[in-house]
Amino acid sequence: MLNLSLKQLAAALGDRKFSSVELTQYFLKRTAALNPTLNAFITLNPEVSLEQARQADARLEMGQGQVLTGIPVAHKDIFCTKGWLTTCGSKMLYNFVSPYDAHVIEQFNQSGSVIIGKTNMDEFAMGSSNETSYFGPVKNPWDIGAVPGGSSGGSAATIAARMAPAATGTDTGGSIRQPAALCGITGLKPTYGICSRFGMIAFASSLDQAGPMARSAEDCAVLLNAMAGFDQRDATSIDRGKEDYTRDLDQPLVGLRIGLPREYFATGLSAEVGRAVETALVEYRKLGALTIDISLPKTELSVPVYYVLAPAEASSNLARFDGVRYGYRAPEYDDLTDMYEKTRAEGFGAEVKRRIMIGTYVLSHGYYDAYYLQAQKIRRIIADNFTEAFKLCDVIMGPTSPSVAFDFGAKSGDPVEMYLNDIYTIAVNLAGLPGMSIPCGFSGSGRPVGLQIVGNYFAEAKMLNVAHQYQLATDWHQRIPDLAKDLS
Amino acid sequence: MKLTGEDIQRIARLARVAVSVQETETIRRELSNIFQLIETMQAVDTTNITPMSHSQGMVQRLRDDCVTEFDQRDLFQSVAPQVKAGLYLVPKVIE
Repeated sequence: MLNLSLKQLAAALGDRKFSSVELTQYFLKRTAALNPTLNAFITLNPEVSLEQARQADARLEMGQGQVLTGIPVAHKDIFCTKGWLTTCGSKMLYNFVSPYDAHVIEQFNQSGSVIIGKTNMDEFAMGSSNETSYFGPVKNPWDIGAVPGGSSGGSAATIAARMAPAATGTDTGGSIRQPAALCGITGLKPTYGICSRFGMIAFASSLDQAGPMARSAEDCAVLLNAMAGFDQRDATSIDRGKEDYTRDLDQPLVGLRIGLPREYFATGLSAEVGRAVETALVEYRKLGALTIDISLPKTELSVPVYYVLAPAEASSNLARFDGVRYGYRAPEYDDLTDMYEKTRAEGFGAEVKRRIMIGTYVLSHGYYDAYYLQAQKIRRIIADNFTEAFKLCDVIMGPTSPSVAFDFGAKSGDPVEMYLNDIYTIAVNLAGLPGMSIPCGFSGSGRPVGLQIVGNYFAEAKMLNVAHQYQLATDWHQRIPDLAKDLS
Repeated sequence: MKLTGEDIQRIARLARVAVSVQETETIRRELSNIFQLIETMQAVDTTNITPMSHSQGMVQRLRDDCVTEFDQRDLFQSVAPQVKAGLYLVPKVIE
């Protein structure tokens, strides 16, 4: 069960080689053994998980199973999940048991999958190292002295340590791809609008997008089939009919044009990451792909543009946390304003407050044009750069992150240094494009390296094909960290 | 850009986040560094560029004017810090 693909697990469940209860127990046992060290889950609810597994078994018994029926899935704690504590990694929601399901959760429930737990994350998805979680940082299964990346670090560590075969994440500026890279797993951020944001606690609404995290591209394709879909409750959900994201997995890559943005291989990229990415490109050439030099000239500006737009949207979205309707309320206050101010001062962590304040400032009277409007204009230029690039190539490749996983505390004292870590991922969100990260090697210290693949709008099936063909030729995605290998 | 302690207190008030006197200087320094990064945007000539608020250039969908939500007050208020008789309780606003 440890290293089987989702399709293999589905086949075994369908043939009744093992039951969903047995499969769920297997992963719950791994979770019980590993989570005290890794802190990848905020909430585990074994009884509820096993009850879902029993229902899945009944469905399988009747021959009504789908591909995900009976398969345990870990959900990022940003997805509202009915009856489950849903904290978003924040003290502000430390006691919030969601009264409803996010659309993504509904879709998974319909598929008959089993919720194995809610994964840890940076508070309100604001962070690149998981150090901002109110529930303590997640440890990287490859090296517990290293960060797992963020914000979907709990989901990434869960997959890397094989505590579940599948997980969900969200990506506003790299929050699926960067932890996927740092933990050596596969993660996909779809085109903006593919997965509904309904019930996904909002950070920056024009950038937030849910996506799958798993061992392989094939597994991600299976998961995306379940997650994607139009939902009228999300005003930006795209109505374009159901797609089978597994349809192109087996296409050969002969003649594939891979664009290599020279800005992604410039100063700031660590030599070890650069080497692993170059080696992956050699493999792609062997598979028949061609590499083309391209330019995304405004890459560097994506960080400042993002740190205007995302905090601006966050300051507005997080205004709802006022201690009145749900979550934390300060124990002592004088009047209504004092209650708001103390609730928010005590309920939010330092990074969240920092971003709320940046957002409040850039939207305040007299500064809107200089910051918000200017950022939106450069956002247009960045998106146009990609459109031009995709006239020359089919996919864009480069590193996901400039370095491998860094040590705890290495960047947490300097917000700007932490922000610059997202240099290769942010522009993709600004443009609304799909992007993914697949494992492509290790550093000398044994920490994983991620290869980023960016596609044109709605090119998920093509990207998954490109990733899958590489994974047929390599075994990076099958490697398991030592600590997760032999559990007896 | 140089932010002052008064700027920080003003922003904090607008954001409804209490910032103590002791915290002000740290936050001022951090936000000033972040704004130094943000200021690099100002060098870009954006004349005649249309701002992009959304990647798909969508328009708002309209829906039929009919009831889609039903009353779930008790369920939703079950997670509230303080309620009484179906109302959310907050400190007195009007004397």
